[in-house]
Formats: sequence, structure tokens, C-alpha cells
Amino acid sequence: MEASATTIAGGRSILERSPAARFPDRALKWGLTALAAAILLLIGYFFVRLIGQSQYTLSHSGLGFVFGNDWDVSRNIYRGAPLVVGTLITSAIALVIGVPVAVAAALFISELCPRRARGPLSILLDLLAAVPSVVYGLWGVFVLIPKLLPAEKWFASTFSFVPWVGGTVYGPNYFIAGLILAIMILPIVSAISREVIATVPPENKEAALALGATRWEMIRMAVLPYSRPGIIGGAMLGLGRALGETIAVVLVIGSAPTIGKSIFSQGYSLASVIANEFGEAANTQSHSSALFMAGLVLFILTLVVNVIARWFVSRGQHGRRGTGGTGIAIATPAGDAR
Amino acid sequence: MSAVSPDTLRAFPHVSARRRNTDRAMRGVLALGTLLALIPLVLILYYLLHKGLGTWTGSLFTTDPSGAFFGNPGGIRSAIFGSLEIVGIATAIAVPIGIGVALYLTEYGGDSWFASLVRYFVDVMTGVPSIMFGLFIYIVLVISHVGGGFTAWKGSIALALLMLPIVARSAEVVLLLVPRELREAALALGAPRWRVVMRVVLPTALPGLLTGSLLAISRGMGETAPLLFTVSTAFTLTGSLGQQMNTLPVQIFSDITNPRTAVIDRAWGAALTLVALVLILNLIARAVSRRSRMA
Repeated sequence: MEASATTIAGGRSILERSPAARFPDRALKWGLTALAAAILLLIGYFFVRLIGQSQYTLSHSGLGFVFGNDWDVSRNIYRGAPLVVGTLITSAIALVIGVPVAVAAALFISELCPRRARGPLSILLDLLAAVPSVVYGLWGVFVLIPKLLPAEKWFASTFSFVPWVGGTVYGPNYFIAGLILAIMILPIVSAISREVIATVPPENKEAALALGATRWEMIRMAVLPYSRPGIIGGAMLGLGRALGETIAVVLVIGSAPTIGKSIFSQGYSLASVIANEFGEAANTQSHSSALFMAGLVLFILTLVVNVIARWFVSRGQHGRRGTGGTGIAIATPAGDAR
Repeated sequence: MSAVSPDTLRAFPHVSARRRNTDRAMRGVLALGTLLALIPLVLILYYLLHKGLGTWTGSLFTTDPSGAFFGNPGGIRSAIFGSLEIVGIATAIAVPIGIGVALYLTEYGGDSWFASLVRYFVDVMTGVPSIMFGLFIYIVLVISHVGGGFTAWKGSIALALLMLPIVARSAEVVLLLVPRELREAALALGAPRWRVVMRVVLPTALPGLLTGSLLAISRGMGETAPLLFTVSTAFTLTGSLGQQMNTLPVQIFSDITNPRTAVIDRAWGAALTLVALVLILNLIARAVSRRSRMA
């Protein structure tokens, strides 16, 4: 408009800052962008290096690593099916036990319990997430294993006709590992469920109640259908946690590189084999490469599960994009004090 | 929220007995689920106090583990200081970078494809198992012997990688809560963008940023796997970042597999110490966020 009147040497408006004054602005902008880009590069770099380290096993066993059932350090043979199976069994047990309890707790806290108890109850549940995994391991080894052994023995002999239940009961076993994982995923599944349940429009719930629905019918007909994708996503994020948990599992799974015959057998998992054997493997290329391969399989597995989970969670958060509510919850369920 | 109380419902005669009973039963089931969910916390805290408190003597906190097969196993002094030092350095790395990434996302990136990509991968990083960060540093820094084999600073980097997405994601949430009007007012007064960020956005969000950082610290404090692959362990107290160092989680981990009862007792004492540290950090974080929300 009055450009001619307000321009100074260099042809810029007097309202514009000098290049020198604009420098910090640009520096900040590009610095922060570079920082963000560095995160992406780092993830990519890790992936490449991990593949590089497992190259030896990749070229020797290929897919046989995942499907071959023979992990024998003394013979230098590394086929990781027992590890993959152990990881999947323990995570499945964790989901079967953990998710119903977590969802029930989330429903109770957000729909049924008195308003004043809501905050304290959520905090208590979130505190479970704050307990370090090595403490869960300690508790599992010296409390859970000895105290549950009689019950497990009784269960195994009474229900021995059920597949994968009967047979010898070991102290450390898949079930104990799964149970501890269930406790560990409880807070995250419950926190995300609570968040998606909170997004159910009050109109839907009030409409159900106005039509004469009981509380439970309101939950079943208005709350659950609306929040189902988010709850599934939360369960998947829990699964991602369970798959990758290392320290608690390595202490209670028994460290036997075989596929157990029942859920009360000893086993091994991808993460725990890495933690247990990386020390002795350092000097043997085939062994250490096999462990990195186990890491690669685990990495891909958790990545896929997380990507699917995130898709569900974002679908479940109807139009709440950008609040990032789940972000903080995923990081630490304790973070969300809403 | 809802005006219909159970008593009102009961007043309607046409809610059949079957429906009423289902309602009651399901409420019971949900309450039971909540109870079940709370049991593990109670049990863990009970056993920690029961087995750990007795070991909390002066010598537990003032001596280092002896490593001897017989006699006095020693305390956990080096583990406490090691944990604090390694987590402290990790915090110094993760918090500025994490907040920086969050600032990029809220102040510059917005809804651009690149920002969405970064946001997505930061989210994915929060789901990467902690052992992976240890493995990463092990591959990149330990086996290639960058500045020695196992050293404390590598553990700090591994923990920083683990804490970074937690800080970044929680910081983004908080930064988005800073009212747009505040930014616009500052810009309208002629402040350049970087000053708006430094003098308006960050101070406003400070309590929230603090909460997120404290939660990340409490998470990093309890991690074992990343340290196992990067710091290994040691017995004696050392402040040097270029050496192996003892930490609480790793000491607990190795004490568990020890057959001596005195050592296992020490593990309980160390675990109680670790949980106390983590819970205190958590509660402080919560108190900070509560106060900021009221203001």
C-alpha cells in the first residue's frame, strides 16, 4: 500500500526486522526442525545397524530363525522358534488376564464409582506403572512363584484334560511371566480405556438413561460401542509392552530354550534371551548375531503392534486430534491427571 | 453428569427384575475388577515394606557392595549415587531435546506432513521396548569401543533416548494448552517469534513441562535393561562417567540371582529404596500439575 513511503534501503518495509535481527528467529526455527529430523534419522539408523549386526544370522538361517525349533548354544545352533513362541504365549496370557480387569476398572472408575473416588482410584492404578520392572521380577521370584505353586499344581491336575494345562508344573513358567505382564500392562490399558470412555458424548449416555436403560445397559449400549476402537487400541499398546518386557520376564520364565508343553512349563522369550546371553555371546559371532536377530524380530513385532494400536486409538478418539491425550498416557499413564 | 440416580431407576416399576438383577450383577463385576486391579499394588507395597524396611540400616546406605562370597555383602551406596548420576545426565540430555522437539511441533510444525511424521515416530518411540534402546547403544557405542567398552555416559544416552519421547509428547500436550491469544498478543506487540517462545510460551507452560520431565525421570530411574547393555555394573563408588558404574536396578537384578539370603535381603532393601525414589518423583509431579491446573 504505502510501500514506497515506508521502505528503507534494501527495499524492505520499516515494519520488517533487519536480517540480523531476524537471525535468532531463523536459527530457532531451523534448529528445532533439525532436532525433530534427527529423531527420525536416529530411528532409521538404528534399524539399519540392527540389520547389519544380524546379517550373519539372516544369511545363514533366514526365516528359519523364526520357525526353526532348535536353540542350542553348546552346538552353536540358533533357531529361535522357542523364543518367539514364549514371547507370544506370555503376552497372550497377559492380555487374557489383564485386559478384562483393566477395562472393568476403567468402566467402574469413569461410570460407576462416586465422583470423589475417581481421582484417588485412577492415581492408585497409575502408580502400578511407576513400579520398576526389576521390582516386579523380585516380587515374582520370591513371592508369586512360591505362593502360587500349590494353586498351579492343583489347577494343572484338576483341569489336566484341557489342552496345554496338564503336566509337570515348574516354579518359574509361562503362566507366572504372563501374570506379571498382565499386572504391568494393567495401568496403560486402563488409562487409555478411561481416556476414550471420557470422550463418549454425555448426550449418548443421557439418551440411553432417559429411555429407561439401567446403568449397565447404558454402559453396554452407549459407552462400549462408542469406545470400542480405543479400548482395542489400548489393549494393543499393552500387547506391545508385554512383548518387549525384559527384566521381569527373564527372572520368572525359567530360561529354558524349548517350547513348553503347557502354560506351566519353563520357556524363554525374545527379550529375555538377549538380556541373559549377550554377555557370553560377545565373543562368538554366530551367537551374538543370533541375539541381534532376536532383537530385530522383537523390534519389528513391537513396531507393527504399535502402528496398528495407534491406528485404533486415533480412530477411537473421535475428533480429538491434537490434544495428544494418549501421548502422555502412553508415555506414562501416571501423566494424565484429568 | 447424569441426573438419574439408581434410586430413581428403582422407582420405575417397568424395569423388570431380570434387568435390575443384571444391572446389579454387572456393577458388582466391574467393582470386583477394580478391586482385582488394586490388589497387586497393595501386595507389592506390602512385601516391599515387610521385607525391605528391616534392611534399612545405616550401613545399607553408607557402604558399597563388597562382592565377597562370604561375610558382609555390603550396602547400596554406590548404586544410589550411580543411579542418581546416570539419570541426572540422561535428564540433562533428554529434557532440552524433548522440549525442543515439542516446541517444533507446536510452534513451527503445526499440521505439516513433516510435523505429523515426527509426531508419529515420537509416538512409536514411546512403544519401543526399553531393551531396544540398550541394544542400540550397545551396537553403536559399546561393541565399537567408542571411548571404552561399558561406561556410565553410554547408559545416560540410552536412558535419554528412552525418556525423550516421554518428555516430547507430554511437553507437546502442555504447550498446546498455552492460549493462542497469549502468543498473538506478544506478536502484536512486536516481539519476534523466538522471544515469544522464550518469554511467553515456555514460562506459561513451565509447571506442565516440569511434570512431564519428572515423570520421565521416574521412568528412567527404574529401567534395568538399557543399563545392563551399556553401563554393566561395578561395586565401588565412582563419579567418573568413563567407567562402569553401579546402579540400583542393575544391583537388584544381580542380587536376585544370588543364592545368599543376606544378598537377597539387600535386594529387597534396594528395591524399597528405588520404589520410594520413583514414587516420590511421581507424587511431586502430580502435585505440580495439580497446582498449575488450579491456577
